[in-house]
Amino acid sequence: MKSLLPVLTVVGAILLFWIVSVVPMNMHLTADLAQRQDIAVSPDTPAARQEYSGIGLALRNTHLFGMTYALDRPRLPSPHQVGLEMWDTIALKKITSRRSLVYHGWVTLSATLLGFAIGTGLGILLAVGIVYNKAMDMSVMPWAIASQTIPILALAPMIIVMLGAIGIQGLLPKAVISAYLSFFPVVVGMVKGLRSPDGMQLDLLRTYHASPAQAFWKLRLPASVPYLFASLKIGISASLVGAIVAELPTGARAGFGARMLVGDQYGQPIVTWAALFAAAITAAALVGLFSVIECWTLRRMGMRAA
Amino acid sequence: MTGTAIISALAIWAAGWFVNARIATSSVAETRWARLLVPAIFGLTLLIMWELLVRLLEVSPVILPPPTAIASRFAGEIPILWADFVQTIIKGAMTGYILGALAAFGVAILADRSDFLTRGILPVGGFMAALPIVGTAPIFVKWLGSDWESKAAVVGVMVFFPILVNTVAGLRDTTSMQRDLMRTYGAGYWSTLLKLRLPAAMPFIFNGLKIATTLALIGAIVAEFFGSPTVGMGFRISTSVGQLALDMVWAEIVVAALAGSAFYGLMAWIEGRVTFWHPSQRK
Repeated sequence: MKSLLPVLTVVGAILLFWIVSVVPMNMHLTADLAQRQDIAVSPDTPAARQEYSGIGLALRNTHLFGMTYALDRPRLPSPHQVGLEMWDTIALKKITSRRSLVYHGWVTLSATLLGFAIGTGLGILLAVGIVYNKAMDMSVMPWAIASQTIPILALAPMIIVMLGAIGIQGLLPKAVISAYLSFFPVVVGMVKGLRSPDGMQLDLLRTYHASPAQAFWKLRLPASVPYLFASLKIGISASLVGAIVAELPTGARAGFGARMLVGDQYGQPIVTWAALFAAAITAAALVGLFSVIECWTLRRMGMRAA
Repeated sequence: MTGTAIISALAIWAAGWFVNARIATSSVAETRWARLLVPAIFGLTLLIMWELLVRLLEVSPVILPPPTAIASRFAGEIPILWADFVQTIIKGAMTGYILGALAAFGVAILADRSDFLTRGILPVGGFMAALPIVGTAPIFVKWLGSDWESKAAVVGVMVFFPILVNTVAGLRDTTSMQRDLMRTYGAGYWSTLLKLRLPAAMPFIFNGLKIATTLALIGAIVAEFFGSPTVGMGFRISTSVGQLALDMVWAEIVVAALAGSAFYGLMAWIEGRVTFWHPSQRK
């Protein structure tokens, strides 16, 4: 709570910067519109206005400031326009409607969660294999680490087409990309976590005559939980980005990515911005959810975050 | 036919695995060449299996081209791949990366003078770093046009937050003992910053810079899906997917992988030079 005020200040500063930027960003559009409505604009031809920067034009036409916040198709929508669009498409539309952001959000979220579950499950299994098998460790681990430096997301369009060619469509191709993106962070984090018990702790279990299975369930797995949560939080946001990007190049008709594309292609920036913010809120909610579960689990286990 | 294909692929898998298992359990396992050889054998095994299965099962090249086809396409299209590389990586990703990093350092050093701002920036920046910022690509393409400037802007915003958070966290990483020592030397704000706090922050800063390398490539490639001139890796990937020329897509992905690894490797190398004193760099 000590950091609440600083956080609010920073958020407020960002919002203020946004609100101030709206005027110069939209000034040229506003001036054109005002001229059509017979409002005096200086200079009075579009060609002459092109000579001015947004800020210069704004300073010569201070009476148009209000209009820059109310354009239908602004270059930069103001926060209240995005907020209204979000309120309209989230709260006021029926959630089954194709214009509802909740509907689009669910399309993206279901692919994200399915992919995340697959990727995390496989990642944990591979990590266990790596920790217990020397050959697997030496062969797979360098590739798992190297893969984190590769822009895997570039594969997304191809995976969609590849799976489409063998008849898999809809939810699953997006889930595959989400799974792929959450897989490697989980592998790397879990290997680190399963190896985190030190020699003393392992020796202690040996003096108890614990079997390898007991050592795994009672020491290695519990010790890896903080690392697991750190990876899960990275993985879930990567999964969401993967699902959104997977919707972009394929002309998907539903989902956050499709919504951004629609706003982009039909010249409705407010729709794009609303989808973007809804995606951001979803990502924040997912990461926040995992933070809460992490906090609760670790407290129950008497541990601290890694 | 299917049977022989699967059996021969399994045989190759078993052979590769056998060799690796022998090396891993032998006395040379900890040597440097074993550490390189084992993953190399593993990768090679996968490539041979891929080639074999695609050829023997007659998988359509529209679904999965064999590695040899990708390699020959790569060798044959080097001028195009190079032009795409320059457009996307050098112009788009590198420009954005440098601008984003400089902006992040600037904001971090300004904010650092106030404890209040630092406490605000750390959580907000960490939060922003987890958001799907790559979704701003269509907006930037609209504002700045479809050439590399818009890609650089997307990359700049994407790399800004991880570098900012790490720099701010790094600048806080000195103990009060160390700062007191600087004070007893009569060092002012700037000499403390330059001689103590920036060097101490370097491991954090490089952590941010290394995370940002991958983000930069992703941003530059994905932003091209929204509009680009007729050159660039993202453009080539999306049009080749449309033409079902998947060998070209794979060739671009090879370029992306090489560029990503090289970029990361470069940052790790510079890190080793700058933070040679840090425990994590000790050999």
